[in-house]
Amino acid sequence: MAATDPQVTLYRLQACPFCERVVRKLDEYDIEYRSRFVEPMHSKRNAVKRVSGKRTVPAIVDENTGVTMSESANIVSYLEGTYGEGAEPEAQAEAQ
Amino acid sequence: MSGIDFEVVDLGEADSVAVGEQAPDFTRPLVGREYWEDVSLSDLTAEGPVVLVFTTMDGAFPSTYMWNAIRDRGWGTEGGPAAEATVVGLSISTPYEHETLIDERNMEYDLFSDPSNAVAESYGVPNDLDGMEGVAEPRPAVFVIDTDRRVQYAWVASEWPDFPDYDEVEAALADL
Repeated sequence: MAATDPQVTLYRLQACPFCERVVRKLDEYDIEYRSRFVEPMHSKRNAVKRVSGKRTVPAIVDENTGVTMSESANIVSYLEGTYGEGAEPEAQAEAQ
Repeated sequence: MSGIDFEVVDLGEADSVAVGEQAPDFTRPLVGREYWEDVSLSDLTAEGPVVLVFTTMDGAFPSTYMWNAIRDRGWGTEGGPAAEATVVGLSISTPYEHETLIDERNMEYDLFSDPSNAVAESYGVPNDLDGMEGVAEPRPAVFVIDTDRRVQYAWVASEWPDFPDYDEVEAALADL
């Protein structure tokens, strides 16, 4: 919405441990992100479904790389591979 | 006995943000039909004029009446008054309650959630609730804010209950 919009959007559910796991990873790598909270009922999660094809959270959209992804384990390994030590320098540069 | 006796409570004059003054910026969760995220008023005014509608907590009848009226008049929607304006609400209700209100009223408007009531305080429109110890909420109020974040029109309830003059707001919107 603003000019300074973060490149990463995290779809999350309040108090969801799988979401918190992704949050920890984002914080660890100092990645700026925007939180979009959804409701507990799956039927209320059309926004997530449109973005990722599934109604599950967490889901992230990374504008740096064009990646959209669900499932916390997948997201964590994606973040490690993209932003962690030993990540490809290309993606890191784009993430600056 | 004849007629009905009832009390309209006088709230007195509010020391609120006046026309011509800068509207205080704030960041709060903005609740839409599908999710909520932190949004600043200045994000919205960067895109166009904003109609900021303070209401009672969701579920109280003044809030219901105001949103029904605004929805039926189509403020901020295509072909409606101030089509280019963003109409947003604000109350002390939680995002979950806002989701319910948006569903029940079938409205296209997003609502800020401010349980702390700090935004109402910064606009000079807080209302301590009699009989609900420790709970304060905004007085019903409408601020029309331009893209420089200047207040171009302001209405603040001085009675309880009290409703905006919707035609007057629409006239102000037409002048933007």
